[in-house]
Amino acid sequence: MADHAAAAPGGPHAALAHHFESLEKQGQAQRLGMWLFLATEILLFTALFAAYGVYRYLYTGAFAEASRGLATWMGGVNTFVLVTSSLTVALGLDAARQGRTRRTAGLFFLSIGLGLVFMTLKAVEYRHHFLLGELPGPSYRGHIPGSGGSLFFSLYFLITGLHAFHVLAGMTVLGVIGVKAWRGAYSAEYHVPVELAGLYWHLVDLIWIFVFPLIYLQ
Amino acid sequence: MNDLLRRLLDLPEQASQHARDVDGLHYFIVLTTLLVGLAIFATTIWFLVRFQRRGEGEATPEVQPTRWHEAVFIGVPLAFFLLWFAIGFPQYVDLTRPPPDAMDVFVQGKQWMWKFAYAGGPSSLDVLRVPAGRPVRLLITSRDVIHSFFVPALRLKQDALPGRYTETWFNADRPGRYQIFCAEYCGLSHSGMLAELVVMPASDFDDWLATQRRGLTRAQDGAPTPGEALLPGTSLVEQGRTVAAEQGCFKCHSVDGSRHIGPTFLGLYRRHERLSTGELVTADEAYITRSMMDPAAQVVADYQNVMPSFQGRMTPPEVAAVVEFVKSLANPAEQPGPSEGPAYEPIPSK
Amino acid sequence: MSPSPASSPPVYAVRNYLNTPATGLRSWLTTRDHKRIGVMFLVAVTVAFAVGGFFAMLIRVEHLTPGPTIMDAMTYNRVFTLHGVVMIFLFMIPAIPSGFGNFLLPIMVGAKDVAFPRLNLLSFYLYLLGAGIALWGMIHGGADTGWTFYTPYSTTTSSKVVPILLGAFVLGFSSILTGLNFIVTTHTLRAPGITWTKLPLFVWSIYATSVIQILATPVLGMTLLLVAIEHAFGWGIFDPARGGDPVLFQHFFWFYSHPAVYIMILPAMAVISEVVCAFSRKNIFGYKAVAYSSLGIAFVGFFTWGHHLFTSGQSPYDAGIFGALSMFVGIFTAIKVFNWVATMYKGSIDFKTPFIYFLGFLFFLFFGGMTGIALATVSLDIHWQDTYFVVAHFHFIMVGSTMMAFLAALHYWWPKMTGRMYSERWALVAAVFIILGFVFTFLPQFLLGNEGMPRRYFSYPERYWALNVASTAGASVLAIGFTIVLGYILVALRYGAVAGPNPWGSRGYEWLTPSPPPLENFDVLPAFERGPHQYHDLPAAPPTPAPGPAGEAAGASHG
Ligand code: HEA
Ligand code: HEA
Ligand code: HEC
Ligand code: CUA
Ligand SMILES: [Cu+2]
Repeated sequence: MADHAAAAPGGPHAALAHHFESLEKQGQAQRLGMWLFLATEILLFTALFAAYGVYRYLYTGAFAEASRGLATWMGGVNTFVLVTSSLTVALGLDAARQGRTRRTAGLFFLSIGLGLVFMTLKAVEYRHHFLLGELPGPSYRGHIPGSGGSLFFSLYFLITGLHAFHVLAGMTVLGVIGVKAWRGAYSAEYHVPVELAGLYWHLVDLIWIFVFPLIYLQ
Repeated sequence: MNDLLRRLLDLPEQASQHARDVDGLHYFIVLTTLLVGLAIFATTIWFLVRFQRRGEGEATPEVQPTRWHEAVFIGVPLAFFLLWFAIGFPQYVDLTRPPPDAMDVFVQGKQWMWKFAYAGGPSSLDVLRVPAGRPVRLLITSRDVIHSFFVPALRLKQDALPGRYTETWFNADRPGRYQIFCAEYCGLSHSGMLAELVVMPASDFDDWLATQRRGLTRAQDGAPTPGEALLPGTSLVEQGRTVAAEQGCFKCHSVDGSRHIGPTFLGLYRRHERLSTGELVTADEAYITRSMMDPAAQVVADYQNVMPSFQGRMTPPEVAAVVEFVKSLANPAEQPGPSEGPAYEPIPSK
Repeated sequence: MSPSPASSPPVYAVRNYLNTPATGLRSWLTTRDHKRIGVMFLVAVTVAFAVGGFFAMLIRVEHLTPGPTIMDAMTYNRVFTLHGVVMIFLFMIPAIPSGFGNFLLPIMVGAKDVAFPRLNLLSFYLYLLGAGIALWGMIHGGADTGWTFYTPYSTTTSSKVVPILLGAFVLGFSSILTGLNFIVTTHTLRAPGITWTKLPLFVWSIYATSVIQILATPVLGMTLLLVAIEHAFGWGIFDPARGGDPVLFQHFFWFYSHPAVYIMILPAMAVISEVVCAFSRKNIFGYKAVAYSSLGIAFVGFFTWGHHLFTSGQSPYDAGIFGALSMFVGIFTAIKVFNWVATMYKGSIDFKTPFIYFLGFLFFLFFGGMTGIALATVSLDIHWQDTYFVVAHFHFIMVGSTMMAFLAALHYWWPKMTGRMYSERWALVAAVFIILGFVFTFLPQFLLGNEGMPRRYFSYPERYWALNVASTAGASVLAIGFTIVLGYILVALRYGAVAGPNPWGSRGYEWLTPSPPPLENFDVLPAFERGPHQYHDLPAAPPTPAPGPAGEAAGASHG
């Protein structure tokens, strides 16, 4: 991998930007950039988690009650689905490392499929809440008295909604990279975008791993 | 010394021991800061003159700090900072520990007035009376947005938060009248949310409170009509004035003919008003009532549509009383009333 | 005025970033060159500053009399809100990092560009988008909440807060992208020879700023979004009427906004560290102390936000911790102040405009900072909280220090950016106006605060009249000063004397390349043997681009 530049004296790799001296350096920069971006993403959620924590402390009873009303099994299945999708993404990256980029594409599409399963289950859950009137803020018609119920569902929809938005974004990223991989844009030497897409998907997964116990389990 | 520094620094009068203590720390910090500032200033000027560039190609030696430099740069300021903190923090903690014998006053902020209520029922608007030399605990809350109860002369401030109580306390030892401000931005008339602290000699205060309590009992005996919050025994016009004050009409409407946020009440009744639509209306009872219940429906020309609706906030008898009150102002000669101008004027004790 | 040393050959770089690859507007708007993006940011923030300054003058004129002067209360409340929002989000936060930082940081680390040029351009467009949304909101009514957007007022007011909040949200992402770019650039694109201890102090400080930008801005973004959602749909996260907690908002807001004040001051310190060395022609006194204290500020700055909540009923325990930690953050600043002063010792001081602004910076930072310490003693803050004392405190730092540093940077790097000199004489006149005007504007405000005048007051009791008039008079002088600056720098753009690569005889790496710099910063990458603040081997080497084989192992000296 390292002697790639030397092996191609005709010119730098097409993906090498003019201000980097080597692909390796560029990959390093991109990885670091991605990690920093992931840090900001986590902090975006942290604000919501902190709000959730504070209100859970202030309205312990109502939050426990509301949380019991959630379909834990669905959340559990979703956790399983997402973790599996992370695995397929990781396998896809591994395939790219070996230069089997078609296989990468296949695995990425599989992960998108799993993402769709996740979103479908989420939609079923949302529908359930709508039917029960478990809506955020003033629209709350659920059975929990006081402000705790409506607050819980405000935060529930904010957190899971923002997460779902990230799932969608992740699926898009996987799709784009998957198509490019299928067309042979990456190789064993150059597959940083595959890696970054994978990282992003792992983040989406990781955030869910926080969301699930926080909201579904007490 | 205290007085000289206080005047130099433009600090207001000190109406409590706490104020004097806090000012002591203030002087300490200011004097140290000025001294250190002077030292730094003198050093820079000296370097500036001494090490002025003399020739184009002048070379300079490399100078690096020693451990000692660093220790001094860190140690000296830190010592001062922590010393100040060690003085200031106990003063702050003291404010959170009211003495057990303190008298309670409930303070309620709302856009844009202060309401003070004493144990046993008496209450007052925009005037807080307290006895001199006795500790007073304030339990502060807000009806709408955040306000902040601020008495410069006591060096005291506490936010009024909707939905919860905060507390603070003071012991004012000098009878007199002191300004109360609202210090947290709360909307249109934030700067008009003024009130007055009246520190009375303790015996005067006791008399005043007793009279207030008696008046209240008599009133309650007189007319326990359910749903009616008005004090009977006064004329409808007087009741209307009280209600209008309580509801905050005077924050926007004057009664002396001057233009404020809203049009003046003076001479309003039966006046021909031009609306923003260009239409002319006569300000009769119905119009005045509608103005209170649905202010946005008919907006007077040249005014902004900012008046809140009082629908549901006043009982029908109260509305009637206010209308009577406005009607009483129809004759310009009749009612001078208190000025609501922005300049601070002590509120006359009743 | 013949500033260029006789020995430097290319007097005005013929092919530079201004005319390569093209000069048209299109080539600017689609550029990925960090220098052009930096210049575009500088133009944009200057416009923002003029807008914010216009609002400031409206505030001051309104306060000429105790009652209404030129506007009504409602307009006033919008004016100070917009003043704060524009100055903070549109001017001060992007001014030095996105403007000068973009221009200089890659050059100073010997890179051809930032790590992600496309993100960099995106950051500029996000800035324009955010500014546009906020501007739209301002034209359609503006917000009347104060720049702090305290709930529940901000969620119930009928003014247009949502576009302002969304604007700030978008601006936050612009700031995150810039910070991300700088961190990655510093880590991965340093030229051979530039080790961490040979990094210019400018880079250290901007690096620390970027860390804060990345870590704090997302929290603010989320918080503002929550307020916007609450204003639009009433979801009740911060609304006590629905069980929410308004103080929680204050914690969230200050968790960002306190570190954000260091986003505003650290870049200023970055500039000052460069200026003091260049004009004292001396190595910095205590390179490591100055470099690491930036990181110290960035770190401790995250744990002091509660000092804005001393009167909101937090427990004395919390107040104590926040107060004490605020003291520690002051120490890092103190280290820098003393080191800057010591740098002048045994120097060869050239009393030029940037150096005047350095002196202004030093004193206003000292007094602004010490009043911050006084506020952090907790008991004094009870009296001062939300009075003009606080207003004076932060203007001392933001106008007195950061603005002075901005001006120092503008004058110091003007020849580098444009290849031309400004008029030193006019600059001196303007500096006198600005420094005197500043003192007259904000010194009276300390006294007003002592006397108890609360901030955000449309009208005020008559006893505050005289000091308010003094403040307004000062502000007029200040405004004249800024206008003069704008005048002569625009003239210099066209008629200024040609500067040459290094008119100041500075040792900073950015002066090793021609002015204005060529497209990829260096025609020949220098060896970077010398530290960027090293002067003791003068006058052996004339300050010219040192042609040397790139990648040569560097000497170990630094400082
Ligand atoms: C760039 C902006 C900036 C900076 C750098 C600072 C720096 C500091 N600030 Fe300031 N602050 C603001 C901007 C800033 N602030 C703003 C905008 C507000 C108001 C927000 C609002 O409500 O709208 C505010 C409000 C504010 C408050 C709350 C006031 C209130 O509303 O009640 C407090 C309280 O502790 C505070 C403290 C401090 C401290 C301790 C520092 C320290 O970092 C200062 C450190 C510096 C020094 C200490 C100087 C150097 C020291 C020496 C040379 C030592 C020599 C001394 C001896 C030897 C004795 N600030
Ligand atoms: C970076 C931040 C910044 C800057 C630079 C300023 C600059 C100024 N500010 Fe501001 N101010 C704030 C941030 C800032 N302010 C904030 C955050 C608040 C709190 C808001 C709130 O309460 O919510 C505030 C509040 C505030 C108040 C209190 C309002 C109140 O509480 O009621 C006042 C009152 O005097 C004031 C005055 C001024 C003045 C006179 C200037 C002057 O220095 C301005 C002078 C500038 C000009 C007149 C423009 C001239 C410019 C040109 C001609 C363009 C050319 C320029 C160059 C080339 C450099 N400001
Ligand atoms: C927030 C400020 C504000 C408050 C508080 C307020 N008003 Fe008004 N009021 C206005 C403004 C502004 C107008 C003119 C625009 C309009 O008609 O809506 C107005 C108009 C009126 C009018 C019509 C006046 C005319 O000249 O036609 C009446 C009557 C009135 N208010 C009564 C009241 C009463 C009674 C109260 C208290 C119970 C009150 N207002 C409280 C701001 C206020
Ligand atoms: Cu109430 Cu400001
Ligand atoms: Cu702070």
